[in-house]
Amino acid sequence: MPQDSPLEAAPAPARVGLFVTCLVDTMRPSVGFAAVKLLEDAGCRVEAPRAQTCCGQPAYNSGDRADTQALARQTVKAFEDFDYVVAPSGSCAAMIREHYPALLADDPAWSARAEQVAARTYELVSFLTDVRGVNAVEARFAGTVTYHDSCSGLRELGIQAQPRQLLATVQGLKLSEMQDSDVCCGFGGTFCVKYPEISNTMVGDKIDCIAKSGARTLLAGDLGCLMNMAGKLKRTGASVETRHVAEVLAGMTDSPAIGEAAKD
Amino acid sequence: MRSTARTFKENAKAAVADPQLRRALDHVKSGFIGKRAKAAARLPEFDALRDAARDIKNHTLDHLDLYLERYEQNVRANGGHVHWCATAEDARAAVLEVCQRVGAKTVTKGKSMISEEIALNDHLEAHGITPIETDLGEYIIQLRHEPPSHIIAPAVHLTKDLIEADFRKEHTQFPEGRSLSEPRDLVDEARQVLRDRFLKADVGITGANFLVAETGASVIVTNEGNGDLTQVLPKVHIVVASLEKIVPNLEDLSTILRVLARSATGQEFSTYTTVSSGPKRAEDPDGPEEYHVILLDNGRTQMLGSEFHEVLRCIRCGACMNHCPVYHAIGGHAYGWVYPGPIGAVLTPALIGVEEAGSLPNASTFCGRCESVCPMRIPLPKLMRHWREREFERHLSPAAVRYGLAAWAFLACRPALYHWLVGLEMRVLGALGRRKGRFAWLPFAGGWTRHRDFPAPQGKTFQALWAERKAGRAP
Repeated sequence: MPQDSPLEAAPAPARVGLFVTCLVDTMRPSVGFAAVKLLEDAGCRVEAPRAQTCCGQPAYNSGDRADTQALARQTVKAFEDFDYVVAPSGSCAAMIREHYPALLADDPAWSARAEQVAARTYELVSFLTDVRGVNAVEARFAGTVTYHDSCSGLRELGIQAQPRQLLATVQGLKLSEMQDSDVCCGFGGTFCVKYPEISNTMVGDKIDCIAKSGARTLLAGDLGCLMNMAGKLKRTGASVETRHVAEVLAGMTDSPAIGEAAKD
Repeated sequence: MRSTARTFKENAKAAVADPQLRRALDHVKSGFIGKRAKAAARLPEFDALRDAARDIKNHTLDHLDLYLERYEQNVRANGGHVHWCATAEDARAAVLEVCQRVGAKTVTKGKSMISEEIALNDHLEAHGITPIETDLGEYIIQLRHEPPSHIIAPAVHLTKDLIEADFRKEHTQFPEGRSLSEPRDLVDEARQVLRDRFLKADVGITGANFLVAETGASVIVTNEGNGDLTQVLPKVHIVVASLEKIVPNLEDLSTILRVLARSATGQEFSTYTTVSSGPKRAEDPDGPEEYHVILLDNGRTQMLGSEFHEVLRCIRCGACMNHCPVYHAIGGHAYGWVYPGPIGAVLTPALIGVEEAGSLPNASTFCGRCESVCPMRIPLPKLMRHWREREFERHLSPAAVRYGLAAWAFLACRPALYHWLVGLEMRVLGALGRRKGRFAWLPFAGGWTRHRDFPAPQGKTFQALWAERKAGRAP
């Protein structure tokens, strides 16, 4: 909800470019629409430029610097006219915010532009709390949830308290912390298919922690991690459902959870 | 030691399927992490000390030539000898030369990763000299003919029952019915065996945690006291150390010591911190008659000023592997050479070649936990990524990966084509997966679906739905 009181002069709405992320775009657009709702409720005007595709992490983490730079330039160009760039992912936001400036530092035509976009780029939930001053959401969710801290958001952007702060204001929701919530789930982008056995051991440990938390719903802020954990939970027959934290904060939990069959 | 880093994938696969190893590795998770966290929390200036420690090492590396020369001068002034060794082979030869000159039959050894790096034990044995490891963990793995699996806890991959069985097999001098069920029993028995060997050794070889330029001293930190007996009792003391172990002075040493044990074991200080400054002087009641320092380069000066420069700050505390979820899953041996975990993933390709050890820097999710606990603030994920870049530039990454990336990047750099194509693909996948909500198998996705289901996409892409919404057909 907008934080401006009617007694104060309403500031001009912030123009936010939504960096949808390639996974939300292709796999779970409902997360994107949850992000749009949360941003609009926080007084932002949201656009989702069509010139965006992927932040470049698959290339970057495979050592392919040239293609990563090309994607970084494309993203910078698509977003440089916005007041803010917001992504429903700590990993993609950290890519733009923490890595683009270094990637384009040696390119005189792009380094300043990359710095400017980087400085205005945020992960969704921390943008709501830290930049827009949102301290409560209007949403209901009946049930016990547990929250996994995705690595990039946690360690590169310091996102830990913000989602918990907002989840605490969701009516009916109870948060039951799992042990080792800050330990990697074993996704790691291409890591999970390059080293499937190691990744499987890691996600196996993770779903043990999820099970022990007693929560019925698993939440996190990054779709890659969520698909990894949901895929393992489904394979083992666990009854825990998996959702992006934005869906719960926006009160948009009508669509089937990740990996669940459509209700019809 | 011979590398098996090339078969990392197979090593890792075997490791995750080993229930005994998984049990042993649980102790790494439950032990080291909590202890470090508590030690860090007890010291308000811990993070400021990490910055100071980093700055000291940065300064030292920037003036490495100066400090190394000063160190050598001071070792000589103390009556010791410095052997500059460019390669592992040079270092092995220098140690052997000293041992042979004094007619050594047995040498005792304190724990030293550099001696593992140069495969010193095999070399001594091949020349009829018996090396005896005196650190308990090293002693155990020497009995088992295994390399260390951790840089500060070399036998961490073993459970107590396995060690008991080894002792019963090897220590046949003791009664069969003795009790070895408690860790204390194992320690006492090893002590008893080693005591006699300490007294009989002709040469003592230790590593060095630090070399102090200002005084020419070498410093070791241990918890068992074995290092002290190794370097004080025999007539000759040989220190094997790599050249980045240098610190300018004792003040700097004490700053770094304050983060070392806390990061490693969660102790405020190791039980023993021993400064040895050379051979016995006329007025000393005891000490070695000869003191030698084997100063090893082995590729490190090539790293100075390169994109891997920062890894030379490492003080070998082991915090990175203690906190690494990949290490927790596979243990140290799977990495295939001397240094496991995140530090090994950066160091090993530099020391034995990225062709041999290219898998190591790839086997990371970049979760960043190693960097977050490194007392010297080494950006380990960034350095691993640099290795991946070198591999990619030199076409060492698999062809399928390179062509796959090229095709994907071609598309991703053409948004209109990309959105049209993924839009089509998601509609097909969404329709196919709609009934179950997930796929148990998908073509070309065996790496994923072997162990987990693949959640089905919702159908239309965000961009398609967004275009509909903007055109007034809101979803």
